[in-house]
Amino acid sequence: MTNENLIPKVGVITDIRKDTPDVKTFRVVGLDGKKLFEHMPGQCAMVSVPGVGECMFSITSSPTNKEFMEFSIKKCGCVTEVLHAMEVGQQITVRGPYGKNFPVEEDFKGKDLLFIAGGIGLAPLRSVINYVRHYRENYGKVVIVYGARSKEDLVDINEIQTEWVNEPNMEVYLTIDRPQDDWDGHVGFVPAYVKELGLNPNMTAVLCGPPIMIKFTLAGLLELGFDKSNVFTTLELRMKCGIGKCGRCNVGDKFVCKDGPVFRMTELDELPNEY
Amino acid sequence: MLKIAKERLNELYAKINEAFGLYIPIKKAGEVNYHVWGEGKEVSIETLKTVKSPKNMFFPQSENMMKFKTEDKNISIEDMNFEKKPFVLFGVRACDYKAIDVLDKVFLADPVDTYYQSRREATTIVTLACSKPEESCFCKVFDIDATAPKGDVTTWLDDNYLYWQANTEKGEKLTSLVAELFEKGGEAEVKAQQDATKAVIDELPFSNLDLSRFKPENLNELFNAKEWEEMSEACLGCGTCTFVCPTCQCFDIRDFKTNDGILRYRCWDSCMYSDFTLMAHGNSRTTQMQRFRQRFMHKLVYYPSQNGGLYSCVGCGRCVNKCPQHLNIVKVIKTLGGKNDD
Repeated sequence: MTNENLIPKVGVITDIRKDTPDVKTFRVVGLDGKKLFEHMPGQCAMVSVPGVGECMFSITSSPTNKEFMEFSIKKCGCVTEVLHAMEVGQQITVRGPYGKNFPVEEDFKGKDLLFIAGGIGLAPLRSVINYVRHYRENYGKVVIVYGARSKEDLVDINEIQTEWVNEPNMEVYLTIDRPQDDWDGHVGFVPAYVKELGLNPNMTAVLCGPPIMIKFTLAGLLELGFDKSNVFTTLELRMKCGIGKCGRCNVGDKFVCKDGPVFRMTELDELPNEY
Repeated sequence: MLKIAKERLNELYAKINEAFGLYIPIKKAGEVNYHVWGEGKEVSIETLKTVKSPKNMFFPQSENMMKFKTEDKNISIEDMNFEKKPFVLFGVRACDYKAIDVLDKVFLADPVDTYYQSRREATTIVTLACSKPEESCFCKVFDIDATAPKGDVTTWLDDNYLYWQANTEKGEKLTSLVAELFEKGGEAEVKAQQDATKAVIDELPFSNLDLSRFKPENLNELFNAKEWEEMSEACLGCGTCTFVCPTCQCFDIRDFKTNDGILRYRCWDSCMYSDFTLMAHGNSRTTQMQRFRQRFMHKLVYYPSQNGGLYSCVGCGRCVNKCPQHLNIVKVIKTLGGKNDD
């Protein structure tokens, strides 16, 4: 009897890209050189360094990528420190996918979409943005607002500046917190920028980033006339099992690992404020 | 119904032990807990509450899950969920049996936890009805009949006999193994004991707790109740309540480096601990009040909301007896549950 839900697969790191001073993107395949498993945008996976620990990360790559998976990981704890010190060819373990994905086939289809990310919050959004780009005809206009502390902290800036900005019917707005000599773009925090842009409130919005950014951006969107039921976000809490059994990641009667990580803002309103 | 004279119980245990592993309340170092039976061990099925509930038979306090071997950059994984030998769990009380039902809904829900499942399937459970409930008991509040527990086999014990009734196929199988030791009869004695015990249970101090406010629709109202601050003030965060609780099921998964590879094991954890929800970038519950609230909200509101109204408390009263600060779920129910007489 095996427990496929808790026993991970072995994966090999085939590429490591340094995105920012503290974010690296790891490309992972199985031992057979193929993708480890299929997923949908917004779903997560447990990545582990045996002997150090196991953590939940959003899968950064789009499901439409059939060759490999990518994880954009910020160095901020025990496991991520070790991951950041790894070299190509190193094996790690991965299990998943876990959680509910963004409703790309239900709520998003045919809609104009607004993606707002702060810092490493781009990681889960990159998956859904590239999914939408792949099935471009299924979605309306796409607006992306992405901010980070500095120019250097913008994750995946290369893909954004070479591919996203050239995508038809897709607008990309970048901002950094403080002025920099080599930056001629917008300067300022994401919530204020979102209000300045005067966005169409009929868009379906997805917010990912630090809690403080989400709080103020949401308030801004509501002022612009957005409907809360058309705004989605993701939550992040401590997890051990990923399958709703270890009792760790609940907010009220919902487990972030299986009922989330994607939540509609109106769903969050019904939950206790403990996340 | 079958019966066996009390002085012949050792023969029964020995007979069961020939075919199965037998776990039964045994006194060891002054405490009664479930241990493997053996000739000469001090069996104490009369003990109403073992210190630890039998949940560790299916959900051990710590359990190896897998082993990693690493060599250079390579990793290999060995599954450690081996086939479990069939065993009999003897003497389970109605509250603890109901608690297994509560655990089943977590571990056997899709996706199934096969570590738990393999132990669960290997078990034949012999329950024992209560005849001398204690003041800290309040199973009646959760509609549990302490005089008629379910299980593969139900037994009743009086001063002279153990009465035996098989309920399931597993129970019939066990019965046929030991049938030669039994004689027929006991219905009248069992009925008399049940009636007498029920009368005692009705009079227990906590038998009339009111749960009426603990409903999913009151989730936010209860979460925001101002009483949590005062109720939790004395909590030390020791986690004793969670460890003796038959329904607490939170666990941690950790790695341990050995000379022969890396063991990944899981072990009981407690939502009462300050690092339970600690992440590299923050903690969603920073005060003991929040952790205290989480435990009781989970038992009385969150779990029922997820499981069709079933409470994740069975009224065993272990936390009532064991909390060093005399905090417990009874006080929470009295404070927030609804109208109470006292």
